[in-house]
Amino acid sequence: MHLRDLLNEAMAGMLARPVRTALTTLGTVLGITTLVVTLGIAATAGNQIVGRFDELTATTITVEVPDDGKAVIEWDAIDQVTRLRGVTTAAAVAETKQSANLSVRSSKLVDPTRVTDQTLTVVAASPSLPQAVKGSMVEGRFFDQGHLTRKDKVVVVGEQAAKMLGITRLEGAPAVFIGKHAYTVIGILGAMKRERNLSTAVMVPPTIGRQFGLKDVTRVLINTSLGAADLIARQAPLALSPGNESLLQVISPQSPTRARDGVQNDVNSLFLILGLVSLVVGAVGIANVTLVTVMERVTEIGLRRSLGAARRHIAAQFLLESTLTGLTGGVIGASFGVVAIVAVSAAKQWTPVLDLRLAVVAPLAGAVVGLLAGLYPSLRAARMEPVDALR
Amino acid sequence: MPEPVISLDSVSKEFPTDPPVRALSDVSLMVDPADYLAIIGPSGSGKSTLLNVLGLLDKPSSGSYLLDGIETTELRDGERTKLRGSRIGFVFQSFHLLSHRSVAENVMLAEVYRSGAAKRERKGRRDRALRALDRVGLSHRVDFLPDRLSGGERQRAAIARALMGGPSLLLCDEPTGNLDSRNTDAVLDLFDDLRDQGLTIVVITHETEVSGRAKRRVRITDGILVEE
Repeated sequence: MHLRDLLNEAMAGMLARPVRTALTTLGTVLGITTLVVTLGIAATAGNQIVGRFDELTATTITVEVPDDGKAVIEWDAIDQVTRLRGVTTAAAVAETKQSANLSVRSSKLVDPTRVTDQTLTVVAASPSLPQAVKGSMVEGRFFDQGHLTRKDKVVVVGEQAAKMLGITRLEGAPAVFIGKHAYTVIGILGAMKRERNLSTAVMVPPTIGRQFGLKDVTRVLINTSLGAADLIARQAPLALSPGNESLLQVISPQSPTRARDGVQNDVNSLFLILGLVSLVVGAVGIANVTLVTVMERVTEIGLRRSLGAARRHIAAQFLLESTLTGLTGGVIGASFGVVAIVAVSAAKQWTPVLDLRLAVVAPLAGAVVGLLAGLYPSLRAARMEPVDALR
Repeated sequence: MPEPVISLDSVSKEFPTDPPVRALSDVSLMVDPADYLAIIGPSGSGKSTLLNVLGLLDKPSSGSYLLDGIETTELRDGERTKLRGSRIGFVFQSFHLLSHRSVAENVMLAEVYRSGAAKRERKGRRDRALRALDRVGLSHRVDFLPDRLSGGERQRAAIARALMGGPSLLLCDEPTGNLDSRNTDAVLDLFDDLRDQGLTIVVITHETEVSGRAKRRVRITDGILVEE
């Protein structure tokens, strides 16, 4: 028997009773739709949750230089990182154990009654620090490239440090003493979303930092656009210190993929069970209807046998009919599922996340359901004796 | 002498019921090419069992059956199916046409299961079906659904299906049982034409009008066959 003949006969068998076939596919349609919607909505919502709640942690990377002195990051290497696609801001910071406990005192001119001797952390930072820590200037301004070039003796203090030192206003250019040297305070940095400990620190330009032993970069703060963190975490070390990239320690956020998977797992398990139950119901439906069809078509089976159909031809035809029924259900179900995901996403203003593999796997799952459901009825049909079938 | 189409030698068929039923008892029968044989007998006499044996739908319990000189009783199920598909055309009382397929498609169905129905054989299948329909005078009904045909036309469509592929034997089971006298005459006229064209026809009937048109008659009573 030619394969095309087999396909023709199976298709004709299906289309002979279109309403019944449509109703039979309904179970598979429901099952596959549920599965596709479950997987799709979970992926879409998962992505959305990552985007909405984890944006900060999902976009921050810190590269640390081990203090064994083997790897060095130059201050101007920050420019290389900033050029990477996906990096929004980056800043370099230098901080040592010694610089964490420096005596800082404000000028007595500020407030003669106050004790202003404090032990504060002094860090050297590149001019892009406010953007990198997502902070804002409470007063004044941050130092820029001009201050660096001129080696101006200026500092910016953190908001808490300013309070501790009694600095509230910058009119009159207040000064602080770090050790024996005086520096002009040009700004107060606050509202930092990362590196909040800088609120109690005094920030100096790298050119000034050398005086406190802050020669080399110890830490690089990088912010990326959403979704780029994984990639940047891999690329940044090479951009910062070519040749020593493996020595640098990259602290990247929990992979968004993993976070999303976690969300998906929670949502999925319940709905997946629902989808599978629907599929089983669909399979039972196909099995039942195919069995009834076999019983109704006994004389047709007899006729085909009299025309020379072997048992395997009869089995193959009924098996193919039920498989095609399942496949049809799978295709319709997958389409409904995709439409549902897009509709829900549109209503919620989410970005729909569709796994293309679903478009192939879902109809196949329907076909497998149909195939399994058709096994028993097909064997019943094949076992029929032509004499009995024609009686 | 040409080889007989059917050669039954001492064929018996028993059904293992309690008590066992002997439906055919020591039946011997020769049918030559272009014979037109009527097998007559009351219901329950063993007519249908004989038809099933002749049509390779059932195996005899003992004896031998040669179809076109091929010993069939030793053949396996698959080989008997192939032989049945290629050498025997069946005509049933209730036509057994597929109601959702056109007349031409019903006729074409006869070639679907033919062994080695390869591409070469699929080609021209519709033309062969149209020729078969032309032989039975149904050229004007090829794309009709069976439901729109008269009883006589349906039976002629079924005969056209049986003629596809040039069988050695046309085996008819009460072919006019569901037809009025006018349609019965038309079908019997067709059988006459086909026999004149050299086809071997075996008709099982209890109608004397049908058996009267056959060239030769055998009667079966309680499983015993007697030539009339």
